[in-house]
Amino acid sequence: MQLKRVAVTGVGAVSPFGVGADVLMESLYRGASGTVIVPELKSIKGVRSHVAALVQGVDPGVIPRKYRRSMSRMSIYAVLACQEALRQAGLSPERLSGGNMGICIGSTIDSIDTLQKFFEEYLAEKNMEQMRSTIFFQIMNHSCAFNVSQTLGIEGRVIAPSAACSTGCQAVGLGYEMIAFGKQEFMLCGGADEFHPLSTASFDIINAASTGYNDRPHKTPRPFDRDRDGIVCAEGSGILLLESMETARERGAVILAEVAGFATNSYPENIADPSASSMQSCMRMALSDAGIGSPDIDYINAHATATIQGDIEESRAILETFGEKVPVSSLKGHLGHTMAASGGLELIATINMMKRNCIIPTLNLDNPDELCKKINLTLELETREIRYALKNNFALGGVNSSLILRRYEND
Amino acid sequence: MTNEEIIRIINDSLIKEFELDSKKMVPEAVLYDDLELDSLDRVDMVIVLENAFKFKIREEKEIRDIRTLGDIHSFVINKIREIERVS
Repeated sequence: MQLKRVAVTGVGAVSPFGVGADVLMESLYRGASGTVIVPELKSIKGVRSHVAALVQGVDPGVIPRKYRRSMSRMSIYAVLACQEALRQAGLSPERLSGGNMGICIGSTIDSIDTLQKFFEEYLAEKNMEQMRSTIFFQIMNHSCAFNVSQTLGIEGRVIAPSAACSTGCQAVGLGYEMIAFGKQEFMLCGGADEFHPLSTASFDIINAASTGYNDRPHKTPRPFDRDRDGIVCAEGSGILLLESMETARERGAVILAEVAGFATNSYPENIADPSASSMQSCMRMALSDAGIGSPDIDYINAHATATIQGDIEESRAILETFGEKVPVSSLKGHLGHTMAASGGLELIATINMMKRNCIIPTLNLDNPDELCKKINLTLELETREIRYALKNNFALGGVNSSLILRRYEND
Repeated sequence: MTNEEIIRIINDSLIKEFELDSKKMVPEAVLYDDLELDSLDRVDMVIVLENAFKFKIREEKEIRDIRTLGDIHSFVINKIREIERVS
């Protein structure tokens, strides 16, 4: 039951293409790849994947030390993305205080970089005399969320959901529900993550990381492609500013899109294997929440990380739910898998595609896999009116999430 | 080590750790109000000074009474002179 309509009035991005939603979109439309060779990965025994998509061009010094001292990289990304979203929304500073604005921002894991630095000193001599007071603040699970609230002076709810690759989509969905139920007037929602070799190694060990393109990083990942060989780990932050439609209209905000529906569910049969039937249930619940049917969806922005099994299962779920006609693309070919940031970053891109009536094709999708090609995979830039779009994110641990956006047409 | 050398090491260490403006490093500068160093910074300040002078001061009660940069200068100078006397 939705009580209030929910508008998106600001977006902010820190991605492998740099700081800002503009550079993100310009890079996606250009068909750029953020994947690079990471020399550090080459030097680690047992890691076969030597590529990642890393954030470029961030100057942490723009954040005052008072706030920066409790931040690892992921919090810096989240704060920069939130600042951009607030600027776009044109909110005056008094809107941030007073408790009407909340935060729902999560990450997959805490800062492994910070933990590593701590344990290097601690394990060497079992000595904590050099431990700085702010280390714990960098590794608390809600580090991104509270750092945003502290830096920006936000006094409402601070929620930090965590569900690996579903984190960002879940965070936006939860923010949507909080506004719909009148619990907050504004919500900054999304996710952030920072790269560490542990992420790549974790996917590599379960044979889900890309290992065959170490000499041609721009050719991987390859969602839905016959020659795909796994995930490319990435980092960044994607943030959406949500507010009630009523408030947005009253204050004359530019409404970028409407969040029309959301669902999240779990597949408790296996912690790693995806399930088409469970994904299908999730997408159907999102449609039901939006009060629309599958024929209403004009575009699907897939999770599709380029794992062998994940892409097949998602294709099957989409085929069963939506049939063969609705266009489908994944942005992982450009961005890699930005983990907790992926939901937000890919929603930002989807909103832009809705505005421009243009679908960005999946990068590196040269030869669609026989087991994926029954759905309508977008292979080149396609002009198409998008009234409703569906965004999927599926996570290790069996957590699925689907969110539906509606184009705002002054209605 | 002269008092001037000790003061220079203290100021340089604090400037580097806390990104302070060197123009504000006057003895009468109040740590909380003028240098904007809060309770967490004071904890880290002890580590910075311990590293700079290779002594242990964490358990010293006088640290709690430090208000100004000049108080830090005096505390460290006294501590170093005390160590010199003992040795």
